[in-house]
Parts: sequence; C-alpha cells; structure tokens
Amino acid sequence: MSEQTIIMETAQLELTLKRLTHQLIENHHPFRDTCFIGIQPRGVAVSDFIIGYMRQLHPELLIDYGRLDITFYRDDVRNSIHLPSETFLPFPIEGRKVVLIDDVLYTGRTIRAAMDALLDNGRPSRVELCVVVDRLYSRQLPIHPDYVGRSIDSIVTQKVKLYWDKEPRVVLYDTL
Amino acid sequence: MQLGTRHLLGIRDLASADIETILDTAVSFKEVLQRPIKKVPSLRDVTIVNLFYENSTRTRISFEIAEKRLSADTVNFTASGSSVSKGETLLDTVNNILSMKVDMVVMRHSATGAPHFLARHVPATIINAGDGINEHPTQALLDAFSIREKLGGLEGRRVAIIGDIMHSRVAMSNIQLLKKMGAEVMVAGPPTLIPKHLAEAFGVRVEYDLKTALQWCDVANVLRIQLERQNQVLFSTLREYSLAYGINKRLLDSLGRQIHIMHPGPINRGVELDSDVADSGHSLILEQVENGVAVRMAVLYLLSGKS
Repeated sequence: MSEQTIIMETAQLELTLKRLTHQLIENHHPFRDTCFIGIQPRGVAVSDFIIGYMRQLHPELLIDYGRLDITFYRDDVRNSIHLPSETFLPFPIEGRKVVLIDDVLYTGRTIRAAMDALLDNGRPSRVELCVVVDRLYSRQLPIHPDYVGRSIDSIVTQKVKLYWDKEPRVVLYDTL
Repeated sequence: MQLGTRHLLGIRDLASADIETILDTAVSFKEVLQRPIKKVPSLRDVTIVNLFYENSTRTRISFEIAEKRLSADTVNFTASGSSVSKGETLLDTVNNILSMKVDMVVMRHSATGAPHFLARHVPATIINAGDGINEHPTQALLDAFSIREKLGGLEGRRVAIIGDIMHSRVAMSNIQLLKKMGAEVMVAGPPTLIPKHLAEAFGVRVEYDLKTALQWCDVANVLRIQLERQNQVLFSTLREYSLAYGINKRLLDSLGRQIHIMHPGPINRGVELDSDVADSGHSLILEQVENGVAVRMAVLYLLSGKS
C-alpha cells in the first residue's frame, strides 16, 4: 500500500483556483484577444471551474473556452496506445493569446505535446500556461508555467494527483 | 493494446467493444481532419505498404490519405506492373517487401483468405482491404460510423442491404458488424443473388421485393452488381435488374417517409441507383467517403502499438 498525504484540501483548492482566476482576469481582461484551453482529460475539470468562476464574475463578457486532446501528439504514443478524448475549439486561435490550463505540471512532456496540437489549429500570438500544481525540479524539457497554484518539492517515486469528485483535493503518494 | 486483435482481417474477429473503440476513435480523427493542419505525428516511425492485387479507387486512396495524415511512410504496390506477372508468389512478394523494414500491410486480394494466410506467415500487422467474396472490414466500419453519425446510434436501427449479396464482401462485413452492434438487418435482391442460408446463419431478414424493403428500413445500403465475380447467369439483363431493383426518386417519394441511401461505390448509375437519388439529399454516399479516411486512421492508429 502506498502512503498518501493530502497537500491541498477542498477549501484550499477552491481558494487557489479562485486566486488563479483573478490572476488570469488581471492579465487578460476583457478577453477580446485571449482564449482559454483546458488540456484533456484531467486539466478540463480545473479549467471548467476556473472559466465557470470567471464567467460568474464577468457575465457581461464573452469568454472563449475550449478543450484540447493531446493523445496523438504524445512522444510515447506507440508504446501503449491511448484512447483520445474530445477536442473542442469552436473559435480561431490565429494571432490571439492562448492560456493552456492543466492540473499538474511534471516532466513538461504533456505541455510539449499540447503546444504541437495547438499549433496545428493555428498560430497564436502568445501561449501561456496555468497549472494547479507545479512539481519543481522534475522538468525534462525547458517548460515553465506562468500561473501556479502551488509549487511542491517531490521525488521521482512520488505521484501527485488531483481528484475532482465530491471532495476535490490534491494528493501526494509515495509509491516506494 | 486497445483492440483484442493484432490484425484487422475481418469483422468476424472483432468484439463489439473493439468496434465501439474504433468508431469512437474515428470521431477524434474526423475532428483532426477539420483542422487547418490535417495531420498528426502519431505514426511517423511506421512504414506501411498498400498491397493491391485488385483494382480500387476509393479504398486505396482513402488508406493512403489516412496513412499520410498519421505521418506514416507509405509504399504503394499494385499487382499489374510488378513481378507478380513474372510468377512470384504472394508470400515471396510480401517477404521481400518486409525485408525493407515495413511494419504494416494493407492488402486487397481477389482470393478469399489471402490476408489471413499472410497474417499466419509474416510478422507485420495485416489490414484487410477486401479479400474475394469474404470481407471488407473497413468499409463496414465506415458505413457503421456514417449511420451512427446520422441516426445517433446503431442499436435497433433498421438497415437494408440491397443488391448482389452473394458476391459482396461489403455485405458480409456489414451484416456481421450490424448484428454485433444490435441493429436489425434485412437483405434484399433477386433470389439468385442471395445465398440460401443467410437468414439462419446470421439472423437477417430476407426480402425479394424492393419497395417492401425500402418501406421497412431507416437506411438502405445499395450494392453494385459484381459482374466480374459472376461466372453463371443469375439474372437476364442489367436492364431487367434495374427495372425490378433500381432505386429512383419516384420510388423514394412513394414511400411517404425519409430514408437514407448509402452505396460503397463505384456506382453504376441507372442500374442500382438513379442519378436523382445518388446526388440527392437522401444520399450519404460522399459522407461515407469522407468518413472512410477518419475510420481508417482510427484502425491504423489502434493497431500500431508496440506492445
């Protein structure tokens, strides 16, 4: 059995997500040149919350929000075949600012794949990255987040998972 | 591995969960095909040979586009103009091609069972693109995808397959797929072109009257008369066949309900389908062709895994 520690509880996670939303509003209001894209599958729960809250705060504004699946762009795609989730981008990204939203940033490989997938849909003027958890010192590619919920130190044998059920929380597992 | 099989030899070997997986994955690939850059890098280290021992327009181009959209390297082989005419056997031809480091073989052959034979004897992944009068699995998958997209599902939907059932691998694959997915299937055509024990073997309805069949179905999948596979007289003339089994707009209008018309191509206009039907709003024919690329991408992708 692996040992687990809760590193963010529901109330704290909600507070963090709201803070991230306010930071995004601060930098991008009134969202005319910006669109927000959640990375499938697990980033979407987070981005649904952030965009939902953003729309609550600014019901008068049109906020472009989509979902991006990166399965076909993974660098390990053929090691084991994964089934894709839906990509839904009902707006142009050409020449606009794109904020990618994901749950946990670890090696950076998912974000590398996401940028490739994104660029096949057009050429954004700028791409930013928003993550709930940034696992420090574990990057395998030169990728850096612009908005971070919580930075944590963790080692390779640990796993960090964001659960989005009745009790949303972030859990750290020791797999050794 | 996402599918229960390493090759796609026929619908016969697929579980309904496999079919569901292929159709769901094809939805994602159809979305890829709408993008400005209609290409993903998934199969960029894979080499595929398209081995066509029989004529083909749609299937060969569709597979080739699907492969290119997945970034695979492709090689095309057609029997005419090759060393086949010098007497080389199928196995020798394929082993020679495979020694040039080819990973997958998409194959069409006039002999029933040719891809099954290859699957037993060579290490590459084999995809059947039509073998004799046996199966044409990717056609059935793209037909099912088109029906699902149009009608929202397959279960309980009524599909009539009309025409030369006897010589049609499309009919064989379609019947098996539709039954596996819970659709109701009817075959219709002249008695001489419907195999005797089809009803008991596959649990399909058999109908000899065209109008009754059209009144029953949600979708009519119309097949071509395969004169090249017939070596005996099964009906008198194409004109007579057309009078009894040709579908025209007047007939469709007389049904009093809207049905969808599909055709795997090539169409013999004026024989099984009139132009005013083939080019009408009833027709899903060009959508079938479009969906074919997405479905073949899904099959190639799902079978490309290393483990």
